[in-house]
Amino acid sequence: MTDTNELIRLSAADLAAKLSAGDVTSVEVTQAYLDRIAAVDGQVNAFLHVNAEEALAVAAEVDAIRAAGGAAAEELHELAGVPIAVKDLIVTIGQPTTAGSKILEGWHSPYDATVIKKLRAAKMPILGKTNLDEFAMGSSTEHSAYGPTRNPWDLERIPGGSGGGSAAAVAAFEAPLALGTDTGGSIRQPGAVTGTVGVKPTYGAVSRYGAIAMASSLDQIGPVSRTVLDSALLQEVIGGHDPQDSTSLTDPFDNLVAAARTGNVEGMKIGIIKELHGEGYQAGVENRFNESLELLKDAGAEIVEVSCPNFKYALGAYYLIMPSEVSSNLAKFDGVRFGLRVLPKEGPMTIERVMGATRAAGFGDEVKRRIILGTYALSAGYYDAYYGSAQKVRTLIQRDFDAAFAQADVLISPTAPTTAFKLGEKLNDPLAMYLNDVATIPANMAGVPGLSLPGGLADEDGLPVGIQLLAPAREDARLYRVGAVLESLLEEKWGGPLLDRAPELQAPALDAANTVGGSN
Amino acid sequence: MAAINRDDVAHLARLAHIEMSAEELDRMAGELAVIVDSVKSVSEAAGDDVPATSHPIPLSNVFREDVVGHTFTAEQALSGAPDAAEDRFKVPAILDED
Amino acid sequence: MSADTILSFEEAMEKYDPVLGFEVHVELNTKTKMFSSAPNVFGDDPNTNVNEVDLGLPGVLPVVNKAAVESSIKIGLALNCKIAESCRFARKNYFYPDTPKNFQTSQYDEPIAYDGYLDIELEDGTVFRVEIERAHMEEDAGKLTHMGGAAGRIQGADYSLVDYNRAGVPLVEIVTKPIEGAGSRAPELAKAYVAAIREIVKNLGVSDARMERGNVRCDANVSLRPHGQERFGIRSETKNVNSLRAVEHAVRFEIQRHAAVLDSGQPVIQETRHWHEDTRTTTSGRAKSDADDYRYFPEPDLVPVVASREWVEELRATLPEPPAERRKRLKEAWGYSDLEFRDVVNAGVMDSIEETVAAGASASAARKWWMGEIVGRAKTADVDPAELGVSPQTIVELNGLVEEGKINNKMASQVLDGVLAGEGTPAEIVEKRGLAVVSDDGPLLEAIDAALAAQPDVAEKIRGGKVQAIGAIVGGVMKATRGQADAGRVRELILEKLGVEG
Ligand SMILES: [Mg+2]
Ligand SMILES: [Zn+2]
Repeated sequence: MTDTNELIRLSAADLAAKLSAGDVTSVEVTQAYLDRIAAVDGQVNAFLHVNAEEALAVAAEVDAIRAAGGAAAEELHELAGVPIAVKDLIVTIGQPTTAGSKILEGWHSPYDATVIKKLRAAKMPILGKTNLDEFAMGSSTEHSAYGPTRNPWDLERIPGGSGGGSAAAVAAFEAPLALGTDTGGSIRQPGAVTGTVGVKPTYGAVSRYGAIAMASSLDQIGPVSRTVLDSALLQEVIGGHDPQDSTSLTDPFDNLVAAARTGNVEGMKIGIIKELHGEGYQAGVENRFNESLELLKDAGAEIVEVSCPNFKYALGAYYLIMPSEVSSNLAKFDGVRFGLRVLPKEGPMTIERVMGATRAAGFGDEVKRRIILGTYALSAGYYDAYYGSAQKVRTLIQRDFDAAFAQADVLISPTAPTTAFKLGEKLNDPLAMYLNDVATIPANMAGVPGLSLPGGLADEDGLPVGIQLLAPAREDARLYRVGAVLESLLEEKWGGPLLDRAPELQAPALDAANTVGGSN
Repeated sequence: MAAINRDDVAHLARLAHIEMSAEELDRMAGELAVIVDSVKSVSEAAGDDVPATSHPIPLSNVFREDVVGHTFTAEQALSGAPDAAEDRFKVPAILDED
Repeated sequence: MSADTILSFEEAMEKYDPVLGFEVHVELNTKTKMFSSAPNVFGDDPNTNVNEVDLGLPGVLPVVNKAAVESSIKIGLALNCKIAESCRFARKNYFYPDTPKNFQTSQYDEPIAYDGYLDIELEDGTVFRVEIERAHMEEDAGKLTHMGGAAGRIQGADYSLVDYNRAGVPLVEIVTKPIEGAGSRAPELAKAYVAAIREIVKNLGVSDARMERGNVRCDANVSLRPHGQERFGIRSETKNVNSLRAVEHAVRFEIQRHAAVLDSGQPVIQETRHWHEDTRTTTSGRAKSDADDYRYFPEPDLVPVVASREWVEELRATLPEPPAERRKRLKEAWGYSDLEFRDVVNAGVMDSIEETVAAGASASAARKWWMGEIVGRAKTADVDPAELGVSPQTIVELNGLVEEGKINNKMASQVLDGVLAGEGTPAEIVEKRGLAVVSDDGPLLEAIDAALAAQPDVAEKIRGGKVQAIGAIVGGVMKATRGQADAGRVRELILEKLGVEG
């Protein structure tokens, strides 16, 4: 068998190969990850719940099927036995689902999200549920009701958000794969600041059924991984039409892995979005971005510049549409059917007041801020100026994308304007926090797919920089094709994966036993 | 567009069913004023000729056939309920005495 | 709560002109709910016809029931509406514990059907056109039971219990334009309008239309204005008036109440009113307030419904004949008088008569059987005549036996009892019970001789030309044959015997 430390550093694709070759068992792999979680998650806080027992049972089942051979073994999914972590915004039978909020503390879903059914069908052991900004609202995972997740590159820094838990888990080798959700960049921005890969698929390519809604017209579940190929493998597992999601696409998305494996950019036109770099972007981010452009050019791509003049309205329009949908989507958290109920401390005990007290105690400040903002944007007299105008901006952004994709096959930009900032640095400045998503939001507004991959380390702080690729709707395969090429060119330059340069996390010996199998 | 003040926030908090202290209302009013100010350019971005987009990928007529699917037992339905009685969800009085 | 003062209806009508408006909610009888695959069934155990979607659990998404859309289009067509080429769902945001998501998925500025009308025929044949503003699709709420207070009222209750079985049941809300010019017939029109909606949706087969189960629920808007004034007065909205009688009474009461308020020089308050069947009055509900800011916006989890003209025409082709037209046609075809036809309609046997005629009976025979024999029995059994258990085929057979002279009317009534007792077909019962009319003249002639011998004076009278005295002899024969003789034949034979022309 392989050394445990070596095992957890393997990509999902390599793990899958070793599992099917019989070099290693799924129980060994799963246990190795559980051990790693036990060793380092006390510092990282990527997991809100560890699902050891069920994960090991699924692993054992896969091992038994493989050992028995025959048709059942043949029919196993390629990723069978490869463990995965799940953002705690996605509902799962048998584990708590909190959305990072006090209002759902201890709540168990009686049903599985569609993506969870697909993971179960593929027999991928679910390691546990990962931390996030409350209801996915944030860019730093500091808005979790269960404490912030820390960036494995620097424990004093944020891992991005809202999917900081999934990104940090993968970056800290606590999981080879994870699921995230991306409403304005919550998969891609954490990927950028943790040196991992994250993909927001085309809107509708992956079912939203069972992902606790933040902003329905923007939300999308997607893969989090350490390599471009791994994300392609995972998107093919979780994607596909779902009759339970009316916005789910019927188009096939079955060419992603092939695209990642046969990456080639020769003759491709790659468009730099004028509005998404330069001013407001950290120098080290700009440098790594330019370096990637050079590599792509050397590989035969043609670099063109495109302009998306309406992207300057994207952030503003996003902060009208998203909170509007949030205000409605989060109305159901009222202490009647599930979750927390708080009684008013004094005065008459009416349901109105119980709802008010429950929501006051159950929601954190950022969630309240967005609910109030959205209530405002939808209220009588303001709808046309706010929500209505923002929906028009959406049309303008789509038109910008259409024009840009008429000139380029894929678009490229830095994923986030800066590298990971310090915990607490932007916590009291909502606007500064919102600016982290300036480059990722346009894709959500238009429904187009986006991928972030590591672009190297910024010279000034030695922290990871993300490169974002964008493709036309339904052309997710292009992201994997270009992403895989850029990834291999960069790794050639670095002499190995970027994560090899991350500092070694030292396990405080005593903490180890506490984490496994329990919720922390 | 009028600036957002404390009374506005109090009204919005009532609509949203979130109890807020006086101090919280003040703080929220200040934060929202800044955010609202930063998004106001949106209302001038698009002319009347620009249609609104509510769905990123346009689809239509996504239907379900009228075929009965799964149901919960009352026990499953009530499994997460903060309070229940007689197989139903129990809630405090709906109206204050009037 | 103090009782409202009211004016007499007559005085109210002298001074004011009523304007009405109705919002009628129709529950569709689809197999499943509007947005979930849970069953749409009335009366099951609490919270057993629900899944995660109906409970609004975190993460769920709605999917539109195609059959509900088709039923909605049919209702729109039956109300002479235009069907939207494309329409959307919208969220109506408000917190209430019977509404699982704290928003109702409904339609706002893009209803599926709009701009229609319905011609309402009043008792005396006056036809009144009611304009339909819109008919839109939405979902029903769960059911609240208020505990601890008086008589299940919300006021004074200690707590409430929620059953979400009804949550998500498909609804079509039909909204009229303001109805002007009804004058003193406003209450009658109100009742007739709701009755017409009920009849239409039942006839379409899209709703069970049982008002006592809440399948059809009416909110009635009433306002008054002085005669000659064009501007509408301030309206009240009386919620959930759930029987035809109550609709009439509620409109009448509100007209009288508004008139008293206006007479006192006060403005009418725009508010919802609650209807109380026991006192036949309304009481004040909630005043319109800023809490009614529903913050409608397009439902992002659903995509537009595009009704192609082909689809609409396909559905139109399936529509049954409108009830009013059908009644007119049947009355003419059957040749009934106004009174006869109204009695048939009121007795609820129009469909049965139509089926009986279709099975081969004449219209007059069908009416004779249903009105003469079956309606009375149904009343005694406390069931609808059609549900008594008499098939049109049975009536045709029975009627044939009488017309052929095999049994008489009295026997037919006994045969019907036999049919209802499950003894078999009319022919079988006649056989089993030995009820056939005695048609062999031999035994009859013997009985006639005996009867004539027993009453020689009567025989003499008949011979003398007083034919009307024959009844006593016929009676004697019938008695002797225990009613099994054909009275007509007996009469013939007596006259023959006595050599008298009948
Ligand atoms: Mg209404
Ligand atoms: Zn309604």
